[in-house]
Amino acid sequence: MKILICMSNVPDTTTKIRFKDGNTALDTTGVQWIINPWDELALTRALQLKEEPGSGVEKVTVITVGLADAEPTIRKALAIGADDAIRINSQATDAYDVARQIAEAVNNEGYDLILCGIESSDYNNSMVGGMISEFLDIPSVSSVSSVTVDSGRFKIKREIDGGKETLSVTAPFLAVVQKGIALEPRIPSMRGIMMARTKPLKVIEPVTSEVLVEHIRYELPPSKAKCRMVAEDNVRELVQLLHTEAKVI
Amino acid sequence: MDFAFTEEQRMIQQAARDFAERELIMDVIGRDTRAEFPYDHVKNLRELGFFGMMVSPAYGGIGMDTVGYCMAIEEFSKIDASVGVLLAVHNSLACGGIEKFGNDFQKEKYLPWLASGEKIGAFLLSEPEAGSDASRQKTLAEDKGDHYLLNGTKNWISSANSGSVYITIAQTYPELGHRGINAFIIDKDSPGISLGPHEDKMGMRSSDTHSVMFTDVKVPKENRIGEDGFGFKFAMKMLEVGRIGIAAQATGIAAGALERSLKYAQERKAFGKLLIDHQAIAFKLADMAVKVENSRNLVYKAAWLKDQGQSFGMASSMAKQYAADIAMEVTTEAVQIHGGYGYVKEYHVERLMRDAKVTQIYEGTSEIQKIVISRGLVKG
Repeated sequence: MKILICMSNVPDTTTKIRFKDGNTALDTTGVQWIINPWDELALTRALQLKEEPGSGVEKVTVITVGLADAEPTIRKALAIGADDAIRINSQATDAYDVARQIAEAVNNEGYDLILCGIESSDYNNSMVGGMISEFLDIPSVSSVSSVTVDSGRFKIKREIDGGKETLSVTAPFLAVVQKGIALEPRIPSMRGIMMARTKPLKVIEPVTSEVLVEHIRYELPPSKAKCRMVAEDNVRELVQLLHTEAKVI
Repeated sequence: MDFAFTEEQRMIQQAARDFAERELIMDVIGRDTRAEFPYDHVKNLRELGFFGMMVSPAYGGIGMDTVGYCMAIEEFSKIDASVGVLLAVHNSLACGGIEKFGNDFQKEKYLPWLASGEKIGAFLLSEPEAGSDASRQKTLAEDKGDHYLLNGTKNWISSANSGSVYITIAQTYPELGHRGINAFIIDKDSPGISLGPHEDKMGMRSSDTHSVMFTDVKVPKENRIGEDGFGFKFAMKMLEVGRIGIAAQATGIAAGALERSLKYAQERKAFGKLLIDHQAIAFKLADMAVKVENSRNLVYKAAWLKDQGQSFGMASSMAKQYAADIAMEVTTEAVQIHGGYGYVKEYHVERLMRDAKVTQIYEGTSEIQKIVISRGLVKG
């Protein structure tokens, strides 16, 4: 069995966000790039499955849509333990484009399970997974918090309103994974790091794709109001502040 | 001139940082208080490959460069300097000594054990009456034909209990002075070796430091490193390498204290404003940051020279002396910035201050470094 991880190359979560070109684009100067945290957890789970005796998982591949500057992030995934990687040589424009490029690249490649993080930590669209499954005409399962495999069948746990449901799914299918899929990302071993460059990283050219989204403007959230401390026994002042300043009561 | 790190170096740094911040931080205060060796973490450190960082892959190591090794030691030492010294001694002195100067038999026998971390290495040079004055070795290694017979005592040996491969320096020909000294690889379970009690130290408390007594310990001839009488030169050469790692460790201690102080200064208020908004504190942080940056650059320069195959003895002494001295200064200021909180264990900086002190003492005191540096100046 083969597992594919769709991976996004995103700014480190502690990045101080700045915009350029009249607030229409992210200023990437000095930005550290990382594996999208949800995708990193998906990769972790895939590697755990591969290591489980009898799981039948033989290979874990990562795929990303991005230019050559995304390769350090791809090699981090190889260092962590992915067997090989595919980079679609294109600057990702929108979710439709990313999904289409990935679907074109992996159609007929025989992946049994495709894992996508629930969202990328930069654009938070949560769309790519569902779109890929549509393009490939395979089932998709959303909000997945657990994937196990038993004699060729995958058992999925997913979050539903007020509880969880367990499903049995036959490959091939796509799972959009979220919290719980793995406890924490793996730290790459030193050997993994040194070997990352020796693992296959296939670069393929993109198909022509229609750009459906144009970014008109970005803006930062308003800065947080200063915290006011009220003495614990001064309920009167607290109520007054909530009424006159915060205007919530 | 290029200050850019390789992709691998950055990944090594991040991996070490993640491990330290996720794992080593857990119970680091408890380990210090109880003077407890980090056995729980050694297993994971082994699996991640931190015990054979610079050993060639041919002997089961990772084959990383010295710069990457220094980055890892710095990251560990920001959180737990005892792990820093464990890995520095093991990687640079034990693994490094055998790989650089050992013969094929020694490399094939010991390096796979050491590189996997199955066995931990220790370096036995200091004696009760031979610290900085390392040439006055009293431990005797008598040549008995097919073996050497060792008698004597070694002091302040890091990893003496957890370690089992002892790189030991001893005197074979007292009449020849330092030219009569030899270096040996000794298995700790050899009959006649006994340990003193765990030293109750000021800092670096979870490093297991003991004295080691040799009583008629038989060491096979094949375990001598290098030619007869090579031991003193071996020790000096190894310390040149070892000092880079200790400088990285001291830099890490200082950097850890700076990080904690910067965070604290942005949270704690005094006289109605944040500490960072008081120039007296802001300037302290600026001074600390300059010192840490200088220190790191000296470490990388020494490591880089070694990686380039150039001579690095002066650079490693400069890095070690500077890093150790500023580690003491920066950690002392960190305690000052934290005020009363800095003086209690919960805030970590008092431990970093205690840990910093020994970096001015071991692997050559700051004064010894100045001797090396000034002699180097004269030699040109």
